[in-house]
Amino acid sequence: MNALLLSAVLGVVMMFSGIWLKSKSAIRNVAIVGMALLLVVNILEMSGMIFFRIDTKGMIVFDRFALLFDSIAFLSTLLYLFLSAQDIEKVGINYADYFALIFFILCGITLTSSFKSLLILFLGVEIISIPLYILTGSDKRNLKSNEASLKYFLLGSFSTGLMLMGIALIYGDKGSFDTNSINLITETPSALIVAGMLLLLFSMAFKVSAAPFHFWAPDVYDGAPTVFTSFMATIVKAAVFIAFIRLFEEAFGNLQNKWQLLMAIITVATLFIGNITAVFQQSVKRMLAYSSIAQAGFMMLSVYAMNAEAKEGLLLYSAAYSFATIGIFAVLIKMKDYTFDGFNGFAKHQPLLAATTTIFLLSLAGIPLTAGFLAKFYMLKAALGTGKYLWLVIFAVIMAAVSVYYYFRVIQAMYFKEGDPPVLQITPVFKWTLVILAALVILLGIFPNLLLTWYYF
Amino acid sequence: MIPVLLIIFPLLTGLISFFLKKEQSVRLWALFSSLITLLISVLGLTILHEEKYLQHQSEWLPGLGSSFSVGLDGMGQLLCLLNAVAYPLIFIATWNSSYKKANNYFALMLLAQAGMMGVFVAMDALVFYFFWELALIPMYFLCSQWGGEKRIPVTFKFFIYTFIGSLLMLIGILYVQSQTTDHSFDINSFYKVVLSVKQQGFLFWLFFVAFAIKMPIFPFHTWQPDTYEQSPASTTMVLSGVMVKMGLLGLIRWLMPVLPLGFHEWGDMATSMAITGMVYASLIAIQQNDLKRLVAYTSIAHMGLMCAAVFAENRSGMQGVMIQLFSHGINIIGLWIIVDWIEKKFGTRKISDLGGLAQKAPVAVTFTVIIALANIALPLTNAFPGEFLMFNSLLTSRTTAVHAILFTVFAGICIILAAIYILNMIRKVFYGTPNPLTETTSDLKWNEKLALGSIVMLVFWIGIYPQLFLDVTNHFSNAIIDKFDALQFIPAK
Repeated sequence: MNALLLSAVLGVVMMFSGIWLKSKSAIRNVAIVGMALLLVVNILEMSGMIFFRIDTKGMIVFDRFALLFDSIAFLSTLLYLFLSAQDIEKVGINYADYFALIFFILCGITLTSSFKSLLILFLGVEIISIPLYILTGSDKRNLKSNEASLKYFLLGSFSTGLMLMGIALIYGDKGSFDTNSINLITETPSALIVAGMLLLLFSMAFKVSAAPFHFWAPDVYDGAPTVFTSFMATIVKAAVFIAFIRLFEEAFGNLQNKWQLLMAIITVATLFIGNITAVFQQSVKRMLAYSSIAQAGFMMLSVYAMNAEAKEGLLLYSAAYSFATIGIFAVLIKMKDYTFDGFNGFAKHQPLLAATTTIFLLSLAGIPLTAGFLAKFYMLKAALGTGKYLWLVIFAVIMAAVSVYYYFRVIQAMYFKEGDPPVLQITPVFKWTLVILAALVILLGIFPNLLLTWYYF
Repeated sequence: MIPVLLIIFPLLTGLISFFLKKEQSVRLWALFSSLITLLISVLGLTILHEEKYLQHQSEWLPGLGSSFSVGLDGMGQLLCLLNAVAYPLIFIATWNSSYKKANNYFALMLLAQAGMMGVFVAMDALVFYFFWELALIPMYFLCSQWGGEKRIPVTFKFFIYTFIGSLLMLIGILYVQSQTTDHSFDINSFYKVVLSVKQQGFLFWLFFVAFAIKMPIFPFHTWQPDTYEQSPASTTMVLSGVMVKMGLLGLIRWLMPVLPLGFHEWGDMATSMAITGMVYASLIAIQQNDLKRLVAYTSIAHMGLMCAAVFAENRSGMQGVMIQLFSHGINIIGLWIIVDWIEKKFGTRKISDLGGLAQKAPVAVTFTVIIALANIALPLTNAFPGEFLMFNSLLTSRTTAVHAILFTVFAGICIILAAIYILNMIRKVFYGTPNPLTETTSDLKWNEKLALGSIVMLVFWIGIYPQLFLDVTNHFSNAIIDKFDALQFIPAK
């Protein structure tokens, strides 16, 4: 509750800061301080210090799962701002507004991670989506950015429509938006419930860019300004996954045997399309767009499995994936040439940046000693724990092996090829934040309990 | 304590190496580190031989059922010793090679050593998997950074191959873990798991493919000759001398006692693959004109025999493999040192370009002949006791009772073929008349003499008195076979 209110207030504050504050560094500092405050306030709530008690009639419940994910999201955003806040400056003139939109998105994230009512889910998803449409199109003079924004808006509204339709159908049957009362199913579910569940499934799959609803993702991620791609491909995607698993556990948990095969098929399709298409990319940015689809495929395993390990694993996965991807995007923004060849000889000129990027890439590929490995490990363990569909797990690891191909192409370019890549100005803060991110990735890869103990105590 | 030290020490010295600037000082530092590691390993074999020094367990991921559990049994002792002996030999033998960014090179070498130590001492399946992958990463960087012309695609193929294998093994590990009674990754829980024949059948392949790629066993061997050819000399020595032993260790420690029924059921198939690979590699080796590729193919042949002997499922085979694990590591490093010396000296690895080295380099030729004869398992050399025991086991094999004779005959033919290609190589390279290229050569330098001399001493030591080494592993081999016997006849659920 702390974070929900504060993030909304901070969004408004940032909107007005553009009028009151003239220097860009002042705006940036306000945003970073606000973000840190948000993180602190959320951690305080986890320790039992709740500043506001508002009766939501059980529509929002801040349980440990929600609070821990919010903390991960806020920490990632804080690190993201340290790394990329200066680059946001280069996107356009409405500097303060971009921060305001980011805070509004975070407000939506706190809703989607803690909803108990389908209405709140809908509100959260919309609060996340609308600022994203704007951020995607924020590079106004760039045709690609405009195209991406329009595409995202049209397809996104369509999927929101589907979601609303699904909610309405379920309400028609149950007369309630409350997830617990929807889940009270003993006999065979009615056609309305099944149809509503499928519509919700499709719209959520759209939001997390799972195949075959992924077509918007590569174009939008490629077209959006790189700083915002970084944000929407990591924190936002993870947040929607949290909503996804929450929705299907709390509202449709009893129907698991009805949707599990469908979920498995979506997982396989997402893994296949994401990984195989990423192999053929020539631009690192577009490769990362497809890689985020591939990673979504792995996260889908947790929704498919839906057991205790799946929920723990998804928290770990969202941290591991967000940290690593934010780091890579931050380095990518500093490059002038986004192709693989643009990274040739990077290690010679920027050894520290290359080393940290290597750690992030190894984490995404799932090599032990990085958080990415344990995250994938949890997913596989959860999927095996269902005792069904062994082929799904085998397929997933083969796709993980394919992903090594495109992640290692960047490492090969950086370390084993000759070249002199032009790099933009790099500040000490940027370097140190990257080192902290890399250290976090390795620390979580050895002691995941540092994160997961928060889930239990 | 000893196993933890064996991992931590090279790990720390390796990390420190990254920050050393001068090439000479990092070289000395690496040699110093490897000697201390050798000392630790020898201490574990001799003075600190009690159980309390050789086991360690601490909490790691209690939620997942995994703990940081390491220990040294007979095979672990032997392989750690091999790893610890190999590194000083390699560093001394390549003392005069210079590398771009030497600090990174030696750091990665030491990290690889730490990774392999971890594999050899891991007593928890998840820890085993961790180190299994970790040993690979520094190797990948070593080969692709300092290797030959085609290094990038070749080492990438090597990496992808082994990575796919490891991931399949990971599924196997997860599956077995989910079937254990206490949901633990501990090796003892793995040994107690009860699985049906059908489950063991497919699990066998999930594990075996990973190990077969590592050894390598035909038809999973295609990465190996290219990688050995393209890697820098000292990396090739580590790869072929120590790293391939990870596959055999996995087979013996993590496959045979865990999935005895699957192991027995598919033993025939695996032996056929191994023997086919032996014949195939030997025939190719006869045709080779490239020294590095020749040695690479002999390695496939030797690993094939060891794999077949493991699948014989009897005591003599197990002991033969144990002693051969060590001997093969030493011998192949000796061969690589000579190949490296020739390549550095003449700038070519082509057998047809060389000749008549014997007159100019008498020391080199003596060492080469001894190591080459050891490689074809002449009596009095270190490979003889191992190969003798392994042939014995093939004849009395329990898996392949029907084809035992056939397999033994084919494996025997490979020994004859080995004599042909090795002696042929020696004849062409060292004897005959010197050509303009080889006329003005000089003999080995002090460092190569030191390394090869130590190897030759080990060759004779094990060849004449193998008992000392057999004693180290005797208890372990018997325990594995006993466990296997006991488990195999538990009725499946």
